[in-house]
Amino acid sequence: MEFWVNQAFNGVSYAALLFLLGGGLTLIFGVMKVVNIAHGSFYLVGGYLGVALVAATGNFYVALLASALVVALGGAVLERVFLRAVEGDDLRQMLLTMGIALFVQDACLLVWGGDPFNLRGPAYFSQSVKVAGFTFPILRLFMIGSAGVLFAVLWWFQERTRAGAMVRAAVDNAEMTEALGINVPILRMAVFALGALLAGFAGVVGSAFMGIYPGLDFEILPYAFVVVIVGGMGSLGGALAAALVLGLLDNFGKALFPEISYFTLFAPMGIVLAFRPTGLFGRA
Amino acid sequence: MDVAATGAPMRLVAGLGIVLAGIAVLPPVLPSYVVILMTEGLIYAIAAASLDLLLGFTGLPSLGHSAFFAVGAYTTAILVTYHQASFAVALVASIALAAAVSGGLAILVLRATGIYFMMITLAVALCAWGLAYRWVSLTGGDTGIVGVPRPRVPGIGLAAGTLPFYYAVLALFAICLALYLLLIWSPFGKTLVGIRDSESRMRVLGYNVYLHKYLALVIAGAFAGVAGSLYAYYNGFVGPNTVDLAHSMQFVLMVIVGGPGTLVGPLIGAFVITFLEKMVSVFTERWVMVLAAAYVVTALWAPRGMLGLLRATR
Repeated sequence: MEFWVNQAFNGVSYAALLFLLGGGLTLIFGVMKVVNIAHGSFYLVGGYLGVALVAATGNFYVALLASALVVALGGAVLERVFLRAVEGDDLRQMLLTMGIALFVQDACLLVWGGDPFNLRGPAYFSQSVKVAGFTFPILRLFMIGSAGVLFAVLWWFQERTRAGAMVRAAVDNAEMTEALGINVPILRMAVFALGALLAGFAGVVGSAFMGIYPGLDFEILPYAFVVVIVGGMGSLGGALAAALVLGLLDNFGKALFPEISYFTLFAPMGIVLAFRPTGLFGRA
Repeated sequence: MDVAATGAPMRLVAGLGIVLAGIAVLPPVLPSYVVILMTEGLIYAIAAASLDLLLGFTGLPSLGHSAFFAVGAYTTAILVTYHQASFAVALVASIALAAAVSGGLAILVLRATGIYFMMITLAVALCAWGLAYRWVSLTGGDTGIVGVPRPRVPGIGLAAGTLPFYYAVLALFAICLALYLLLIWSPFGKTLVGIRDSESRMRVLGYNVYLHKYLALVIAGAFAGVAGSLYAYYNGFVGPNTVDLAHSMQFVLMVIVGGPGTLVGPLIGAFVITFLEKMVSVFTERWVMVLAAAYVVTALWAPRGMLGLLRATR
């Protein structure tokens, strides 16, 4: 019993990280139709900035917010300066984001070197609470809580606000949205920045959870893509559902069949794609 | 086949023949470092050309080409180091397995089109990396498979040094190139171009579009298997970096730098990128940034490649 509860809890907390990571990518993909290879770079920069800012300010929450905002700003600049120049050409966008990802990877190596870092969160992150005989680490609770709050805010934004309605309109038909007098270029920039913000946030939380090191950007990218592919591009609810399924599968996979744990992550993707090429909640 | 009917292909064949003769005659007088680079360039040229069959000629922007390259490389490395397989056996097995894997995955990836196709083939590349990294009992995980010896062919001492191996690669490259040209100029190749330009038109005309795309993926996978097999021999080591994202994207970059949908573009692109990477890494540690700049410049200013630029300025 304890094994199952613990593993399920670990799976859900891992899913929270996966959602933060994949949620931003699914927004970017849904609105902009960009295969954003630089998404892992946002995570990496967020993580490194988080480590540096925690060391400088001593406050985890200040570092978390500041890092996420800086990454969001960087995303906005990237979109405005580079991506807009190649709008509408999938392959060029992909090449461009690949170049940016390589550049960021090397720049991080230059600035922070090759050693791994661990982000030191508040002291209570290493403690845990006991509920009904089960122990729950506070760091993992924080991951679940922040992902839950962000999902709720984003969902409310997308479904209940005027700006959210514009985003949904742009996902469905960008040309028609533009014709209605909505400034789609600004919308795209904002969505790209929001996606970057989520990835930067995930980077800070993730480096408190499992550290940060060179090459991590390309290592976590598959997870972001799997969340988007299984959940369906552009669907936040889909990303959450996919993150939960994958987080649980991955955790139980690792605990029960360590050698082939990678399959437990990618097999669902293959199965989903075989039946629904646009993902569980995706619309063609 | 109407190759002889138009003048251009014959001129192209003559031109390629001259270039091939050049790169066959020159190496003995070149520094061995350059010969090693040329060997690598030829191997990547096979892979890039096969990717262009998809990307440039069929309009299938596959980002997962390194997966089939890696199948070839790992097959050869495993067969040669653990089972002492001969050159011929390793090569044929690599081709067959890469084509088979490509055929299996094609069923999955062909369900998607356009940007979804890119996304899914990218996921294929990432999964292949994951397998190479995690399936330790087969692939050696992070350590990879080390100590792949140069091939031994009776009568020719391929193990003897850089030159004999270079000629072996060159011979295989020439064979691949000939097959590739025949393929592109065949009715099959023309149909692929038709599918790229208008899938619905080809469907209305009665072509089996799915089958053509499927075969294109299998053939490209087989060629990537050849390149992968040679790479294992060339490098002597096969690890997860053979199949990582950067490697997969590099094939795409090679095709686009040279010029997608042109016959010689990918070959030029493969040489340019190989030489750029290796030459720059001699001068500066920051060669990754130079490679990154190559991506950005290509994306922003040369989406039709060097041959495309050449045509535009004429």
